[in-house]
Amino acid sequence: MGNKVLNRNVLRGNGLSKNMLSKIRPALAAALLCVAQQALAILPIEQWQTSSGAKVLFVANRGLPMLDVSVDFPAGSGYDTAAKAGVAAMTNGLLRMGADGLGEDDIARRFADIGAALGGRFDFDRAGLSLRTLSDPRQREPALDLLARILRAPAFPAAVLNREKARQIGALKEADLKPDSQAGRMFYRLVYREHPYALRSVGEVDTVGNMTRDDLLAFYRQHYAADRAVIAIMGDVSRADAGAIAEQLTRGLPRSNGAAPALPQVIPLERAITRVVAHPATQSHILMGAPGIHRGDPDYFPLFVGNHILGGGGFVSRINEEVRQKRGLAYSAYSYFSPQQVPGPFVIGMQTRRDQADEALAVTRKTLRDFVSNGPTEKELVAAKQNIVGGFPMRIDSNRKIHEYLAVIGFYGLPVSYLEDFVGNVERVTVADIKAAFAKHVDPEKLVTVVVGADKDQTLTAPAAR
Amino acid sequence: MNPVIRLSSIFVAAWLLLPSGASAAQPDQVAVRELANGLRVVVKPDRRAPVVVSMVWYRIGSVDEQNGVTGVAHVLEHMMFKGTRTVAPGEFSRLIAAAGGRDNAFTSRDYTGYFQTLHKSALPLSFRLEADRMANLVLSPDEFAKELKVVMEERRLRTDDRPHAMVYERLMATALAAHPYRNPVIGWMSDLEHLSVADTRVFYDEWYGPNNATVVVVGDVVPTEVFALAEQYFGAIPRKTLPPRKPQEEPPQLGLKRLTVKVPAELPYVLMAYRVPGLKKPAEDWEPYALDMLGSILSGNDAARLPRTLVKTDLVATSAGASYDGLGRGPAFFYLSGTPVAGRSAEQMEQNLRREVKRVVDEGVTEAELNRVKAQVIAAQVFQRDSMFFQARQIGSMETIGFSYRDLDLYIEKLKQVTADQVREVTRKYLIDDVLTVAYLDPQPLEGAPRRAAPAGVRHGE
Repeated sequence: MGNKVLNRNVLRGNGLSKNMLSKIRPALAAALLCVAQQALAILPIEQWQTSSGAKVLFVANRGLPMLDVSVDFPAGSGYDTAAKAGVAAMTNGLLRMGADGLGEDDIARRFADIGAALGGRFDFDRAGLSLRTLSDPRQREPALDLLARILRAPAFPAAVLNREKARQIGALKEADLKPDSQAGRMFYRLVYREHPYALRSVGEVDTVGNMTRDDLLAFYRQHYAADRAVIAIMGDVSRADAGAIAEQLTRGLPRSNGAAPALPQVIPLERAITRVVAHPATQSHILMGAPGIHRGDPDYFPLFVGNHILGGGGFVSRINEEVRQKRGLAYSAYSYFSPQQVPGPFVIGMQTRRDQADEALAVTRKTLRDFVSNGPTEKELVAAKQNIVGGFPMRIDSNRKIHEYLAVIGFYGLPVSYLEDFVGNVERVTVADIKAAFAKHVDPEKLVTVVVGADKDQTLTAPAAR
Repeated sequence: MNPVIRLSSIFVAAWLLLPSGASAAQPDQVAVRELANGLRVVVKPDRRAPVVVSMVWYRIGSVDEQNGVTGVAHVLEHMMFKGTRTVAPGEFSRLIAAAGGRDNAFTSRDYTGYFQTLHKSALPLSFRLEADRMANLVLSPDEFAKELKVVMEERRLRTDDRPHAMVYERLMATALAAHPYRNPVIGWMSDLEHLSVADTRVFYDEWYGPNNATVVVVGDVVPTEVFALAEQYFGAIPRKTLPPRKPQEEPPQLGLKRLTVKVPAELPYVLMAYRVPGLKKPAEDWEPYALDMLGSILSGNDAARLPRTLVKTDLVATSAGASYDGLGRGPAFFYLSGTPVAGRSAEQMEQNLRREVKRVVDEGVTEAELNRVKAQVIAAQVFQRDSMFFQARQIGSMETIGFSYRDLDLYIEKLKQVTADQVREVTRKYLIDDVLTVAYLDPQPLEGAPRRAAPAGVRHGE
């Protein structure tokens, strides 16, 4: 707290409250998985199924005496309904707060006593738990035993639920005052409308208030099924131990009724809509965007490389150049695609002093239109490829990063050769590919624009076609 | 120059295939050399990946600023990307990007740091560019004017529109009367509005030199080769005569201070800062380590006292925490903070936090609590080796604050030696009203908030 450190930029730091919008995930880190052909394995990923049908991905690294394990389910906020928004997140959050005869304090103490760290994962699509522990059996075994018990027999104690509901309602009210949270909430509502991606992942004051223990139990039983689990294991264990761990973590989990859970289709926007929201903040928080692409979309790499040039490449991207470097309008200005099970959002974001919001919007729209119409230059494409290809080793230079890739590859059913195909897929992208992909997926005349931080509310709708 | 890195499967795969017990299992020794011009170079080999983290740390932060020019250290950090005699504005980042790298920088109260993460073959590029901007920064008025606007946006984003950040900023300005830690790193808005390119130039000319800097490299490198590279690129930069650093010591606090911050918010918030000893002599001190352990016992894990008691059991807080910042060039504080549940006041929150302090004084802490924190310290020591960046950052900050990278291990050893009695003793001795400053966030409705900006008049439609 005391030692405040300022960074020159928050790369893709979107200023959106993490709590409110855990659904927005950084686009680059693990978001880039697509089809590709087999090549020499650069990561010796092993993949198999447990006896209960869970999918397991494993990479051994005996160099550090530590282990990362995660178990994910298709149980994110996309599986909520409007009437029960927030149930998915609350279910995930309460897993660790009492299970198999252990109280929440027992669980917390037992993990802490062995230096293990239990984390959660929650977004539109995925919900799960992750564990980081020392790999020595004295720590590893009790840590995994606890994780298995939490997954198998969560208690969802009523008293804990009541407390967490009260905390969540307080947090929601707090968030509703903040311009960044307001902007994110409004943005997703307008982009996704009736689709569950429109729902605030942590719910609303009334839906959280109405939540019952039965809701959580029902959600757990329906969505935390062994045969839909994806287990990622990275670190200092043998293949045999990894196999035993995967069995241990899925034993006794619910079984699905067979049918894979499906998310509704995302309906494209028919027209541009701009929503301006009165707020006394010193800055206007601006979000622009639309539904983008799903994971595995064949246009993924052209869009990824193109967006690197448009607004994903940090200091050297066009949006940053136009908004920040040339005009000093914002500290953070970026764009990204966040591919999901069904089309996740394409987002452009920035914050600027209230009286500059018009100028920032005009500059950004012009930049986007120009990019979509004309594509990048050859020189920009070369520079982007140099950065992405040359930076590839940094994508997999730690257990944590590789573990994250394993979890994504497993969850979205991407080829295990994803990483070795990555460089080739980037290098194949042409200017024409980028132009075609943006023309297909991003219509600058049909975007949602949200501006929070103005004198009065205003809504403008553009004609449906131009 | 500007190497394009060709990927082969081989170099990416190599580290993962290291057999058990290979070099990665035992961390390599840190190697240090000081060049003739006073530049310190600290290298920690880590051969897990063909990657290198390269950092330049300057012992210059907001603590070195004068009244009227607060924020200049941070503005200068931004300007370091805006061109030298031979590298155009923005070109620094473009060159690093073309080499596959990522670059950024950070400013704190105590130091300013610049870093690149790169393929190991691009380390010469990093050194060439860093050495160039250590000596040849241009500071053009046009670039300065634009970048100053960016920094003001950063201030609005990080502080002005963030209630808890406002509380922290005003708390420090109240807790300290003389020491420059009372000023925010990003600077007061009025100072930013009146900052000139000449102010920035003076700061650069005075403080940016090899004898005020430390280069830290962590990655797949050989120390002797890094030293040779450093000599090649930085060796010719002349040593500077640094201005004297005035101690600006904070006079003793003579009693409790209180303040209220009225900003738009839903819930109150309490932030309490006790003036306590910081680390001075790592081998001899014991109190800073005991204070560090106290912070962890109170809120270092999910089972720690404040979350367990105030949030989970008594249901009086939505969150509560404690922390100690004993590693710095200036005064140290022990912080307590809490947000009460709806319907409870800041006063009640303060009383709840004080009750937990009193419990430590009256009853002490248990061996189990102490051992729990020690288990986490030991595990964290392993976990942090998974990040080269984190290791470089730790080394750089210790070295730049005025300690040695060796003190990182010493610090861990000293934490392990802390006893329950010592934790109780520092609590009794230092967490007292005479050295306390208490800040309350007094929540205001949005409508009542002052309009602080020019008319917006955002128009839309096309």
